[in-house]
Amino acid sequence: MSVVRLTDRIKVMERKPMTFLERIYLPAIIKGMSITISHFFKKKATISYPEQKRPMSEVFRGLHILKRDDRGAERCTACGLCALACPAEAISMTAAERKRGEELLYREEKYAAVYEINMLRCIFCGLCEEACPKAAIFLQNDKLAPASFEREDFIYGKDRLVEPFLLKKT
Amino acid sequence: MDKLKITIDNRTIEVPPGTTILQAARMIGENYPPAMCYYTPLKETGGKCRVCLVKVTQSSEANPRPMPKLVASCLTKVENGMVVENETSTEVLEARKGVVEFLLINHPLDCPICDQAGECDLQNLSYKHGTEATRYEEGRREFEKIDIGDNIQLHMTRCILCYRCVYTADQITNSRVHGVLNRGDAAEIGTYIKNAINNDFSGNVIDVCPVGALTDKKYRFSQRVWFSKPFYAHRNCDKCGGEAVVWIKNNDIIRVTSRKDKFGEVIKFICNECRFDHKNMNDWSIENVYELDNDSVINANKYKHVEESPAVNVDAKFVSE
Repeated sequence: MSVVRLTDRIKVMERKPMTFLERIYLPAIIKGMSITISHFFKKKATISYPEQKRPMSEVFRGLHILKRDDRGAERCTACGLCALACPAEAISMTAAERKRGEELLYREEKYAAVYEINMLRCIFCGLCEEACPKAAIFLQNDKLAPASFEREDFIYGKDRLVEPFLLKKT
Repeated sequence: MDKLKITIDNRTIEVPPGTTILQAARMIGENYPPAMCYYTPLKETGGKCRVCLVKVTQSSEANPRPMPKLVASCLTKVENGMVVENETSTEVLEARKGVVEFLLINHPLDCPICDQAGECDLQNLSYKHGTEATRYEEGRREFEKIDIGDNIQLHMTRCILCYRCVYTADQITNSRVHGVLNRGDAAEIGTYIKNAINNDFSGNVIDVCPVGALTDKKYRFSQRVWFSKPFYAHRNCDKCGGEAVVWIKNNDIIRVTSRKDKFGEVIKFICNECRFDHKNMNDWSIENVYELDNDSVINANKYKHVEESPAVNVDAKFVSE
């Protein structure tokens, strides 16, 4: 079986015997170690991540948050426009009617009883944020969806999406 | 009698006497004036919302003078040699913009909450003819929600007083208990002493309502319209014939409505039993995909219906999102 050659750019390797300097090995060692040691004194290219964090862009689109209004009531009214706008179909929701006495929990007469975003599907394009008529959903510029071993962990429900009430600045 | 010649937006058509300008424009089939109150299946509707205003530049062949003011096309009868400007006239478009602004003065603009959003005539109208922002700062009318029977809910805040539901109850059902109370700014649709409408065809007021004022109480907040998929369907019903549209989500029928033509008018009214009580897939024979306007939001994220393969009597299992 003959090999069909596609080009004529073939380089034939010659195996010459090593010279004296090559055989004593030391110059090559010194040359290599000098490169290695010089890197000790250079600026580090990495940071120790969980403790240190790189500054992120103001317009970075990270993990979603469902905002509350000034009184702490949830802004989302489950209008479905974010799910409609979502090109990855990552958002799903179920609406429910607000009962008497829940006015401080939910701003509008309808609210999202279930609101789920699949972070594995999400492409973080921010179209949900643009579609929202109630300024409820935002993509945070300082948080990422953390890694996990389980697929279920990436389906974010209201427990992880709604802005925590206690952290609200007054 | 001879047919009458009418020119609307430089397109000429011959229509039988007694036809209104709006009907003639719909016969041409393109760029017809919008209508919020006029409803072909109901008698005596029209003339209330004023969005169908057109400019008549020539009254007739015998009388070539223009009409002094814009006229409501749903009530004005065609005369021979009439020349009408609809969307070619900036005056008409300006007037319509004003009418939309007036219609929206007391409308709460709670589309994110309203179940009608996505299939709302007022939403479409204001999208096409209205302005982007409101200039109105005063308080809007507020009402408590009223239950009309077990299945229908009335939100007077959203009502634009088109009177369609009153005419429906008057003409489709044999006794009506609701009507318009008070006058002018205080006018509202009401049922005296919250009388329940107990009639086999009362549910049709939901379909004729151009806004979200009359809504299906069982469908309330359950789904946005664009997340369900409409299919033509029929069942054996001795009251209405049982020809309807079923809205399917995840192999469940979540809503039943009557079939509408391309002008958004009900072709055949359906009875309450079909509308409210039969939500089981086995009750209905599913026919074709319900055809909607190309620009309807309900088409979003769905595959387009292909004409060549009519899926008549599809087994319920294959009808999925």
